[in-house]
Amino acid sequence: MRALQTERLVKQVKHTYENVVPYRKKMQEKGVEPGDITSIDDLSKLPFVNKDDLRDEYPHGFRAVPLEDCVRIQSTSGTTGRRVVAFYTQADVDLWDECCARAIVAAGGTKEDVVHVSYGYGLFTGGPGLNGGSHKVGSLTLPMSSGNTERQIQFMTDLESTILCCTPSYAAFLAEAIHEAGLIDRIKLKAGIFGAEAWSEEMRRNIEKNLRIKAYDIYGLTETSGPGVSFECEEQTGMHVNEDHFFAEIIDPDTGEALPEGSKGEIVFTSLTKQAFPLLRYRTRDICVLSRKECSCGRTLVKMAKPMGRTDDMLIIRGVNVFPSQIETVLLNQGYPANYLIILDRVNFTDTFEVQVEMTEEMFSDEVKFIEKKESELLAALRSMLGISPAVKLVAPRTIARSEGKAVRVVDKRKI
Amino acid sequence: MILEQISVFVENRAGAVADITQTLAEADIDIKALTLADTGDFGVLRLIVDAPKKALAVLKLAGSVASLTPVVVTSMGNEPGSVAKIARALADAGVSLEYIYAFVAREAGSAYAVIRVENAEAGDAVLLKAGYGEDFKL
Ligand SMILES: [Zn+2]
Repeated sequence: MRALQTERLVKQVKHTYENVVPYRKKMQEKGVEPGDITSIDDLSKLPFVNKDDLRDEYPHGFRAVPLEDCVRIQSTSGTTGRRVVAFYTQADVDLWDECCARAIVAAGGTKEDVVHVSYGYGLFTGGPGLNGGSHKVGSLTLPMSSGNTERQIQFMTDLESTILCCTPSYAAFLAEAIHEAGLIDRIKLKAGIFGAEAWSEEMRRNIEKNLRIKAYDIYGLTETSGPGVSFECEEQTGMHVNEDHFFAEIIDPDTGEALPEGSKGEIVFTSLTKQAFPLLRYRTRDICVLSRKECSCGRTLVKMAKPMGRTDDMLIIRGVNVFPSQIETVLLNQGYPANYLIILDRVNFTDTFEVQVEMTEEMFSDEVKFIEKKESELLAALRSMLGISPAVKLVAPRTIARSEGKAVRVVDKRKI
Repeated sequence: MILEQISVFVENRAGAVADITQTLAEADIDIKALTLADTGDFGVLRLIVDAPKKALAVLKLAGSVASLTPVVVTSMGNEPGSVAKIARALADAGVSLEYIYAFVAREAGSAYAVIRVENAEAGDAVLLKAGYGEDFKL
């Protein structure tokens, strides 16, 4: 594996240096040339890429092949300027499909299976990723997308879906709806592949019991391709990284120093094979541990633990990445004080998301409809910035702690 | 006649109205009329008081968001249809009504209406012409 990784890395560094101007600049600043990288062990000589680099170069800066060679884009949530657009050549789509296919096979999938994909389709990578993987396996693929629970259950029973792919919270929600409809005995599911948000072992056991399946975790991010960067096998003790395509390192998030196997730190990925959007040493901000302990499934691919937290303040709400700073930007733009409180909870397996905002003289009127108009303008601005809708609660002035020192901006009551 | 109504933002929590009226009571401000417009999400408390400017100052000092709005206050008959007659008089004159509420004065025992229109002077003139009196005393 290391020989293959070395061969691919050397080629990839050269490709990136020649075609991605911002990364070439980073290498030059660090005094590194493609010739300095002769082995996978030289990886730590290379500079990091972080999300801000990608945003600053929106949309084309990190694209490494001519547009005519690209066949697809996917994109992260967030508004213009905060978004990242990832490009794919046909080969990139193929390798992504291959990675997702491995996840489906690890969950017991074969061409005889019926794969029910209830991740969102569109710019979000969940739907397209598992859809492509399922095609590669040769399974019958149901491109359900998210929502419309009644139809989900109807197709699940009528077409006898055997593998469900969606977010864990949606799986829990579907399980409840199936029991309420009294249809559990007509469900043929045997496995589920659930990702894009944090979930606990307890939640896994609940889903497994309620849907009578085995539930597998999957990990990925749009910047590196989408789901399928790593996936779980039947041992359910961490996710095997597809390290022939994505090389994983653990670093100290403060010093950037690479840490030895078994250390807890930030997980960093280098895409070894992607052509259109080749990221070298991409900092995920996810806190994680890698392990090369032998796995009972026989796979020798390195395993990553379920991420244990973030090095930044990013929140994942209903599968969407939300930064508190985005909310602050909207409030300031709309003329509200930058003093706010985010309250998260999980009710009926769905995240609830409330933003408390202080009322001001300027926003106030004796007429309720005027205040409601202001409130709905704020809501629309938040929705367009975040990609999901919070509930806005107007509170009296100076009731939310000021921002001196470490203000508490997020109250997360979700038990996951 | 035109008076200054004080409007106060009320957040959706137990005791919010009590806090506001307590602040006014402590400043010796007499509430003549009061109505709460509530959306379930937040509310706006509207009051006619004997000293609106002082009320505004003490409420702001107490951390409330409040404002003064000119409204038309007029006496009206104490029988059914009184509010409808006022609303009709304004509508016929092309003055659109934002909101209206009624109260009974403690001393006189007669009924009054508080009327919010876009232009209080125009609304007041319409009602005077329609025979509504200038007789409310704070
Ligand atoms: Zn394994």
